[in-house]
Formats: sequence, structure tokens, C-alpha cells
Amino acid sequence: MERFLDQVINGLQLGFMYALIALGYTMVYGIIKLINFAHGDVFMVGAFVGYFGFAQWGLPLPAAVLTAMAVCAVLGITIERIAYRPLRYAPSISVLISALGVSLFLEYFCSLRFVFGPNYRVVQRPFEEIHWTLGGVTFNNIQVMVAVVVIVMLLMLQYLIYHTKIGTAMRTVSFDHDAARLMGVNVDSVISATFAIGSALAAAGGVLYAIAYPQIQPFMGIMPGLKAFTAAVLGGIGIIPGAVLGALIMGQVETMTAAYLSTQLRDAIAFAILIIVLMVRPTGILGKKDPEKV
Amino acid sequence: MLKNRWFLILTVLVLGLAVVVSGCGSKQQAATGEKVIKVGLSAPLTGDVQSYGEYTKNGFLLALEEAGYKAGDYKIEHVIVDDKNDPTEGTNVATKLISVDKVKAIIGPVTTKPAIPTSEIANNNKVIMISNTATNEKVTVADGKRKDFVFRACFIDPMQGTIGAKFALETLNAKRAAVLYDQSNDYTIGLANHFKDSFVKGGGEIVAFEAYSKDDKDFSAVLTNIAAKKPDLLYLPDYHQKVSIIGQQARQKNIDAIFMGGDGWDSPDLDFATMAGGYFTNHFSADDPRPEVKAFVEKYRAKYNTAPEFTAALAYDATKLLLNAIAKANSDDTTKIRDILKDTKDFPAISGKISFDQNGNPTKSVTILKVRADKKYDFVTLVNP
Repeated sequence: MERFLDQVINGLQLGFMYALIALGYTMVYGIIKLINFAHGDVFMVGAFVGYFGFAQWGLPLPAAVLTAMAVCAVLGITIERIAYRPLRYAPSISVLISALGVSLFLEYFCSLRFVFGPNYRVVQRPFEEIHWTLGGVTFNNIQVMVAVVVIVMLLMLQYLIYHTKIGTAMRTVSFDHDAARLMGVNVDSVISATFAIGSALAAAGGVLYAIAYPQIQPFMGIMPGLKAFTAAVLGGIGIIPGAVLGALIMGQVETMTAAYLSTQLRDAIAFAILIIVLMVRPTGILGKKDPEKV
Repeated sequence: MLKNRWFLILTVLVLGLAVVVSGCGSKQQAATGEKVIKVGLSAPLTGDVQSYGEYTKNGFLLALEEAGYKAGDYKIEHVIVDDKNDPTEGTNVATKLISVDKVKAIIGPVTTKPAIPTSEIANNNKVIMISNTATNEKVTVADGKRKDFVFRACFIDPMQGTIGAKFALETLNAKRAAVLYDQSNDYTIGLANHFKDSFVKGGGEIVAFEAYSKDDKDFSAVLTNIAAKKPDLLYLPDYHQKVSIIGQQARQKNIDAIFMGGDGWDSPDLDFATMAGGYFTNHFSADDPRPEVKAFVEKYRAKYNTAPEFTAALAYDATKLLLNAIAKANSDDTTKIRDILKDTKDFPAISGKISFDQNGNPTKSVTILKVRADKKYDFVTLVNP
């Protein structure tokens, strides 16, 4: 029983990790209906900038996280400006291909020697790991930190979208570009803001990920990005609490499969569940009724 | 208009110069009539195991330099390519070496993954290949058929796994072992299986035999299960960066078993603090007291200002084996060179006396090393097969 609870904690850790990335994915999708495949790579850039911040420039951790978020916010706006804005009225498949291009560009550009270099770097954690045992279940400060950050991010996003002016503008844009523009909303700047926020979230996630799994390299964003995307779709893409719910389910499924069925089938079963859920509920668990073409 | 004309003139000039220069080049070669053999090196100069690539290159160049870039009557020219420890990339660069650079022999690849496809290409094109450290059986043999032109300077996975198990049972007195391996990597699969077989045969018990995939970073689920089974030994036959992260998470889950692994651990990128006290089987130790090892370590240190590790020593050995065979054959006919390589007996290499068995694998002793927290290894013992 204790072991089962330990596995639940393991699953939660993994799930919250996916949630960190899935939140940004789903927010951008929710507002402009674009699957930003470069999200996982922005996450990687965030991890690197954060690592340079606390390990090489000697910044305190919060300052390093803020630097990473700022750099990635600028990166997000730039990506949108260069790769997505010119295609705003093009068929969605063109934008998707452009997103893939950006993703590959970031991976290989960052692999260049004068950028981050292609090699693995070992991350020295900025603080010691502390373990607590509560009723036979062990958890540590990193797991708690990740969970707290995800919950805070979730609440802040919900507040931002439903209770602020920019949030209202975002929701307006997500309903109808042209109508929003006619109502005097500056669509371009709202979309830029969406990308800035989404990318800053990815950066924060990247830094935490680098602390939890202390090894980084330019291709580290691909797998977590894919898993987070899956989690977002599972929870209902575009719906912010859905991203967290989907991510937590993914985390539990993967962990339980590895723990009680087979480590080899871990990814296979996780993705099989995704397919089954989507067959029953094409819009995801918390999805709206009208199906959307992706 | 003016700009265009300048551009045209410039183009003509550059092209003209190119023709003149290349013309000169070929004339010079014809004049001296020098006989040249090109040798390629395929190594992971970037990617997850780039430190191997760096060391391999150093060992390779040291051997060439010592020979004065000559073997018999032939001048040796070299081409170095980056296989990124990736099978596709390895195939691409091997094809380039053979079809564009027209090499007669390839040293490398360093790891099993690119070595298997490269060995196929080399063998089909009758190009000699000597890998320094690709330890999987399939590198020299495919479906029971010997790839005639392929050799290596290292022992093979069965030996590492078997001797690892023997050492764990006899010296470490381990009774219960857990094994974790990468299901997408032939190298770790090979070591894991042979370790398991020999450990069970020797009277030990395997309490867990678990696979993971290449991109996994979170091993907590499996390690929680393993912790409950209280093994004495955790066998981790993967490369340094992966075993470091598994080691960290295992200690987090309060697994206090001894860590043990294979030659993949030997790298300055290993997390020494976590892996300290662990043992691994290896090809070579810079602390080995034999005089030929001492001499090699000194030469290497003088040139590169650092101690060599196993890929450097074996790249040096592989290159020496090749140069020796070319000198003896004194021909650029790869079939002749191959026949001489095949009959190598007790070749005095750094990593032990090398004789090839019928599959192009050397028989020689295995070194056991112990990891220390201060980024060094203690030489423990040599185990003979």
C-alpha cells in the first residue's frame, strides 16, 4: 500500500512536469487555434537560460527564472512575428508546417557551438534536495515546488483570462478575429501578448524541469513537448484546467504502467489511452461540445 | 550596371584562380609520385557521448603522428567525420568516407549504434574497418555470417557482462542484483542479458530486469519497485550521462545497493559524486602498472595535457593494428591488408596482447575499475576470461 502511494507521488511529479508545459500549449491554442510545435523548444531555451543564470552568472534562482521568462517572452513574440503573423490568413496546415520549421530551427540552431552547443550539460542544483516522510510516503522539496508552481500558474492564468482586460481581449480574439478588430481590439498586440505569456510559462517550466532532471541538451524539449501536447489534447485542448487534468492523468498512467505492467509498454499504453479517450470524446475530457478540426 | 560588371570580373578571377590552383595541385602529386592511402575516422564529435569522440580522435592522431603519417612505402592521409552516435548519421558519413574521400580503411565508429550500419557499408565496399570500442557482437558478424573486412580492438559485450557478473558474485559477494537497460540500444541489451545469464548461472538471483527507452528521464516508478526488493547490486550497463541520472534517482529512493556497469561509464562527464563506490568493467586503466601503459600515458599527457581514457587507448591500438598491417602488406589492396590483420597474433597493444579470433574479436583481459568521488578511478584488478 505504501509502495502504491509512493507510485502515486511519482506519477504526480511526472504529471505536474507535463502540466508545466501543457499550460502554455493549451493557452496559445485556445486563443489563436494554432498548435505551436515550437513550444517544447522554447521550453528548452528557457531551461538553458535559467541554467546559465543560476549556474554560471551566479544569479539567485528567482532572478534566473525571471530572466529565462523574459528571454523566452521576447523569443515567443519574435517567433510569432516572423513565422506565424504572415500566415495569419493562410490555411491552418501552412501555419502548422511553419511551426514545425521553427521547432527544427530552434533545435539545430541551439546545437551550434557558438549558441548552446550540442552536448549534454549536467545541471548543478541551486539548492539541496530535502526529503520528507509522511505516513510512510516519501516526497521532496522539488516535487512540492513543481506542484506549487503549477497550481499558482493555473490560478494566475485563470485570473488573467477571465478577470483582466487583456484576458477579455484574448477571449474576444479567440471567438472571432474580425469581429474583435471591428470592436476596436488590437488583434496583433493581443496575439503577441498571448505568445509572450505562453513562452514565459514554457521558460519557467524549463528551468524547473532542469532542476528536477538535472541534465539539459538542445533536443530535450521534443519528448516532453509531445507528451504535454498529448496531455493538453486529452484534457481538452484550449481549456486551461483541462491541460493540468490531462497532464496528471498522463503522469499517473505512465507511472502505473511502468510500475505494475511493463516498463517497455509505458509510452505505448499512455498513447493508447489518448486514442481511446479521443474516440469516445473527440474534444477531450473537459472539451466543449462542438468538435474542432486540428 | 557597374556593380554587375564588377561582379562578373570578380567571378572570372576567382574561377580562374581555382583552375590554376587545382591544376598545380594535381601536377605536384604526379611529379613526386607519392603513394597515398587514405584512412577515415568516424567518431561522435558531438552529441551525448562527445567526450568519447574527442578522446578517440586524440588517440588516432597520436598513433598516426608516431608513425610519421607513414606505413611501409605509403603516405597516410586522414579524414575525420562526426557520426553523432547515431545510426543514420553514421551511415551518411561512412558513405561519404567511402564514395567521396575514397578511404581504404576506417577507424571507428566508437559506439555500437553507428558501428553496425557502418560495418555493413565498409564490408560491402571491401573497406577495412577497425572499431576501437564498439562492443556488440553484431558489429563483426551478421546473421551468422562473418563480415570479413571488419575488426575491432576491444573485447565484446558477452565478455563484459559475463566478467561483470563473475566479479559481482566472487569479489563483491552480491546475491541479489537488479538490472536496468535501454531497450533501444543493442549495447546495453547485450550487456544486460549476458550479465543476467552469468549471474544466475553463478548462483545469484536477478530481482528485477527492467527496460527503459532512450528519452526517459524519470525512473522513479521502476526504482520504487526495485527499492522494495532490496537488491545488493544495481547493474546499469548504459553510458555515463544516463547512468548518472539513474544513479541519482536510485539514491533518492533510498536504494543503497552497489552500482555496477560497463565501459560506458568511463567519461569525465560521469556524475562522480553519485556514482562513487561503483565498479565497472573496462578495457584499459591509466593506472595500470604495466610499463607499456605507463609509456603511452606519458606520451598522451605530453601531447594533450590530460590523461587518456579507454577510447583513446583503444583508438591508438586500432590505428597501430591498421598501420602495422598496411606496412606488412605494403600495398593498398584491402584484401591483402585484411589477410594480414586476420593472422594478427599477440600484437603488443596498450590494452593487452591482441590476437583475433575467427570473428575479428580480440581475446584479452578485462580491467575492473572503481569510481571515486574526486573524478578518478581506482584500478581494482584484471580479470582473465
